[in-house]
Amino acid sequence: MKPTQHIIGATALALALGAAFGSAQADDKVKVGLMLPSTGTYAALGAAITNGFKQFVAENGGKLGGREVEYYAVDDESDPAKATENANKLVKRDKVDVLVGTVHSGVALAMAKVARDNKTLMIVPNAGADELTGPLCAPTLFRSSFTNWQPAYAMGKVAAEKGHKKVVTLTWKYAAGQQSTEGFKEAFEKAGGKVVKEMTLPFPNVEFQPFLTEIAALKPDAVYVFFAGAGAAKFVRDYQAAGLKASIPLYGAGFLTDGTLEAMGDAGKGLLTTLHYADGLDNKKDAAFRLNYAKTYKMQPDVYAVQGYDAAQLYQAGLAAAGGDPSKQEAVIKGMEAAKIDSPRGAFTLSKAHNPVQDIYLRQAEGTQNKVVSTAIKGLADPARGCKM
Amino acid sequence: MNAHASLIFKLVALAALACVPLSGESFYVELISKMLVMAIFAMSLDLLVGFTGLVSFGHAAYFGIAAYAAALLSPKYDAGNLWLLLPGAVGLSALAAFVIGLFVLRTKGIYFIMVTLAFAQMAYFVFHDTPVGGGSDGIYLNVKPSAAIGGWEPFDLGNGTHQYYFILALMVLVYLFLARVLQSPFGRVLVGIKSNEHRMQSMGYLTYRYKLGAFTLAGALGGVAGFLYAVLFGFVTPELLSWHESGNVLLMVILGGMGNLVGAVVGAFAFEGMRGVFESWTEHWQLLMGGVIVALVLFLPGGLSSLPARIRRALQGGEAK
Amino acid sequence: MDFATFLIQTLNALQYGLLLFLVASGLTLVFGIMGIINLAHGSFYMIGAYLAFVLTSATGSLVLAIVLGIPLALLFGAFLEWLLFSHLYKRDHLEQVLLTYGLILVFEELRSLLVDNDVHGVSIPAFLDASIRLTEVMTYPVYRVVVSVVCIVLAVALYFVIQRTRLGMMIRAGNDDRTMVEALGININMIYRVVFALGVALAALAGMLAAPMSSVFPNMGSQVLIISFVIVVIGGIGSVWGALVAALIVGFADTFGKVLLPEISGMIVYLVMAVVLLWRPEGILKKG
Repeated sequence: MKPTQHIIGATALALALGAAFGSAQADDKVKVGLMLPSTGTYAALGAAITNGFKQFVAENGGKLGGREVEYYAVDDESDPAKATENANKLVKRDKVDVLVGTVHSGVALAMAKVARDNKTLMIVPNAGADELTGPLCAPTLFRSSFTNWQPAYAMGKVAAEKGHKKVVTLTWKYAAGQQSTEGFKEAFEKAGGKVVKEMTLPFPNVEFQPFLTEIAALKPDAVYVFFAGAGAAKFVRDYQAAGLKASIPLYGAGFLTDGTLEAMGDAGKGLLTTLHYADGLDNKKDAAFRLNYAKTYKMQPDVYAVQGYDAAQLYQAGLAAAGGDPSKQEAVIKGMEAAKIDSPRGAFTLSKAHNPVQDIYLRQAEGTQNKVVSTAIKGLADPARGCKM
Repeated sequence: MNAHASLIFKLVALAALACVPLSGESFYVELISKMLVMAIFAMSLDLLVGFTGLVSFGHAAYFGIAAYAAALLSPKYDAGNLWLLLPGAVGLSALAAFVIGLFVLRTKGIYFIMVTLAFAQMAYFVFHDTPVGGGSDGIYLNVKPSAAIGGWEPFDLGNGTHQYYFILALMVLVYLFLARVLQSPFGRVLVGIKSNEHRMQSMGYLTYRYKLGAFTLAGALGGVAGFLYAVLFGFVTPELLSWHESGNVLLMVILGGMGNLVGAVVGAFAFEGMRGVFESWTEHWQLLMGGVIVALVLFLPGGLSSLPARIRRALQGGEAK
Repeated sequence: MDFATFLIQTLNALQYGLLLFLVASGLTLVFGIMGIINLAHGSFYMIGAYLAFVLTSATGSLVLAIVLGIPLALLFGAFLEWLLFSHLYKRDHLEQVLLTYGLILVFEELRSLLVDNDVHGVSIPAFLDASIRLTEVMTYPVYRVVVSVVCIVLAVALYFVIQRTRLGMMIRAGNDDRTMVEALGININMIYRVVFALGVALAALAGMLAAPMSSVFPNMGSQVLIISFVIVVIGGIGSVWGALVAALIVGFADTFGKVLLPEISGMIVYLVMAVVLLWRPEGILKKG
């Protein structure tokens, strides 16, 4: 039996049980709190996650755990200064059963505190801060996306396998970038390479020219970067314009080329990146997911949509195990921990710290797509350093 | 509004605020708690903007510094002592305001606006880029400070209601304190500086010192607000020092009507309330917010607290016809 | 740092400084001549970049987009001056800060509604899409050199207009004494409208020129806004030459700061500003 059938089976069972006991809660709705950005720099990512989440619910007959879903949405603006207050709206005012969010790591950290203090279940559909499933891990805190460490570690391995010995890293001076370059360094140096210089620039500064000059002077075997969004597009353009792309290979975590290839134009062509999702994956789930997504939203899905979709799947798995009753939190958690998620990215399970144990793909940019080249590491689990659970 | 009516208004408002926890809705208690914190913040800025005529566009720095101090000075997994942490955090933001004031008060007018902004940016980068405060992701204040004195614990900040009354009490204290300061000779000099600094100088006042005093005091009181914010939410991020926050608090002051402490409080409540309402209407709420700000500046330069007088004038005008 | 690297970094600093000058020049003009503090200046930069994106997509040519975009920006500036800013001259700076702060929110939301929230690239015109070889691994894009040259030409042109033309004379007079100019029968309101439109157009042009290098993206204006403020403060409000000098100082401080003092590179321009203010509280060149 396929996992989806499992889920459907369990749902049917739950429904039957609910009917048998004549539970008054059977017609109650599941309250889902979506705290995602709908304005500002990450607005497009927030929309993709919401779309993905709602797509799974629609495919599931408009229900989760056999119950109608009621959405409560708050625009988090990617502003950590308002994060606690915004999370409170969903957790304390609307009393949602599950809190889903968000893109920005700082905001996600603030949400995680609110969720933990109020014992609300939370699923992170993007933010990669290592802490969330590291020192801050909690029984009620889940993630359907990745840790900053994961794709970076895989790229460290790939870079070493390609025979590079001397690498320079560059990122913004913020937590995500630093965690990413550390992950890269860990794998790369374990395989015998050497990171000769770790460069950073203030976030969100995009004047890269001084660093490109520095790279040209150092002449490393390769360069590893962590940038995302507009900064990524500008960096790759500048890298090519400085003539470096021809002589020094550029590698990055997948966010470098996700949603930015159109803006990069020619400069993005052929870039190698690692991520837990790719275009051209050979699996039926992905094909169906993409077709459906394109039909509903009139655009192609991206990794963010997948993460939103899987957040819904993960919660569905938990609810199914709890007989569709979101108030049975322990059972929901057990169900989620045990779930095998049939994701468009390929099936994954959760680690003890509640982070996906997943394949990381090596991808190559082609047009506006990141085509899968190979699986860089199969079933990579984050080390969850500092998690006592 | 005459003095009598004004006093009645304040007492009624205070009584209403005191009743909030009776609702038992923890979300709304916390929401009003935050508004009270912002009211303290707005009053502290009003001392500069409304009374001394110094338009600081970097006031969030002092708010943020105290918030970080609260988080960093607290033990990681234990409760800190409120009676040490509060003065410590406020002292640090006062110190920062004093040092920055030494520089920025050498400038005037537009320069002052921009220089205060630039110093706040510098403080922002200290917390964002250096390991001092956990970097861009921010840090937690895991356990709220304890109010215990010896073995006796008068109240518990972990209890939402206690915390609410503590914040309300501090807001009233800050209000009374500022009202008193403004009545004092020091306060009169500040108001004099606002209307005509040259005249004050020719009368022999060393206005630079008075301004520095006001700047430091405002920084300290902004620090009170920042400290309370950290205690309330338990999470501190560099964005608390960003220029958007400095802009927001300026907006609160203007919205209420500057040079009016009650106005600052009204402005803080109105700003937070307006944002909440707009957000619930549309995801393009910033368009509405921006539109209201523009309209406010163009049509209601005296702020909300000038409304009663305007309406009365309009009504009287109508009667006269 | 070897000598060749040093020279290239100098080139980087110059190029960055010149582009910053283009944004800051409009800001300092509006500041100095009209006494208006305009936080929305960064938004005009953003609008310029999006104009470049939209018009290049429509016409297929960045050059054409700029040719069309400049008059649009001028008109837009004149319209805004008539609608909003003309009511602000007698108000204090605080109200100007607020109104223009509100405008930032409005412009960003309109951008989101009219275009979208994605990152977009703008391609460099084919005839400029080439590189100059500097070292064995590094090249320098011709487009960046062209942008620098355009910035220099504009700096000279601005200087010429302000110092040598009748319009410039009126502007300078209006800067010094508004009532005097009015008494002489010069229509000061018209001068203000022209200056404001010019300021908007300069920021928009900077955005259009930068678009192929930086891509266009949400909130791109607020990044240049603060740094432009710093430049105006360092250079002295209202001084075009001061802005040029300050922009170059900031360009050098930022470029070499990143490489030599990476630990404090986020703060370095603000430190420079603090030092300048200690030395000269009114900026390096006050009005000129």
